[in-house]
Amino acid sequence: MRNTKYERIANEHKADENRIGNAIIAFISGGVIGMLGEIIIEVLLGFGINRTEAIPIMIVIFIFIASLGTALGFFDNLVTKFKCGLLIPITGFAHAMTSSCLDYKNEGPIYGLGSNMFKLTGSVILYGIVSAYIFGTIRYIIGGM
Amino acid sequence: MLLINSFLFCGLICMLSQLILDNTKLTPGHITSILVVIGAFLDTFSIYDRIIEVVGGGALLPITSFGHSLIHGALAQAEKTGVLGILMGMFDLTAAGIVFAIIFSFIFTLIFKPRN
Repeated sequence: MRNTKYERIANEHKADENRIGNAIIAFISGGVIGMLGEIIIEVLLGFGINRTEAIPIMIVIFIFIASLGTALGFFDNLVTKFKCGLLIPITGFAHAMTSSCLDYKNEGPIYGLGSNMFKLTGSVILYGIVSAYIFGTIRYIIGGM
Repeated sequence: MLLINSFLFCGLICMLSQLILDNTKLTPGHITSILVVIGAFLDTFSIYDRIIEVVGGGALLPITSFGHSLIHGALAQAEKTGVLGILMGMFDLTAAGIVFAIIFSFIFTLIFKPRN
């Protein structure tokens, strides 16, 4: 009884420090990613590409880097270090997709790679589409377009 | 100015999700799904469009922007073709991201071996 109570109190105090540190790390790393995105857009604007075309190019660049990094192995270490700073931007989406692909590669191209590709990112796509459909219909009815 | 706003906005979202991740039992999968729904909700009344105008690239990178672009494309197409446009236009803006994510993961999976 005493031991469990002690452990609980100890865990609470131990976790508190980590939580604040993690939050600051996530803030800085996420902020740097966001700033890099804006810098890439500015550079593309300098090449004479307009903003609506520069946005998908910027997103594709981030997806490419995250996929390649996951396949090469160093992106996993970065994710354990920076956590949400890399998981919440689109890099996390690409990372989840590539890592689930790599994990099930040995089980064959159809039942391994093919059916497990969306194992982690499927929920994002599913809830994105469902919510976009519901909210879009609501907006369509209210907006009366 | 856009650079500073990007830093603050993207950092704030990442920090909030880190706090949720540490203080509740939700996994990253839960959090990204919730953020996508929030992004779609914010664009229902064009709030997210204004955020993008102010923040720039920093608002396009977090996963909330995925929900925003789904509904944004749907509504833009609905303006042209009516109710069916909601279904037809949903992937207009996110198609590039999803297609390249699938293609890159497929190619890199074929080339590289899993590490652990």
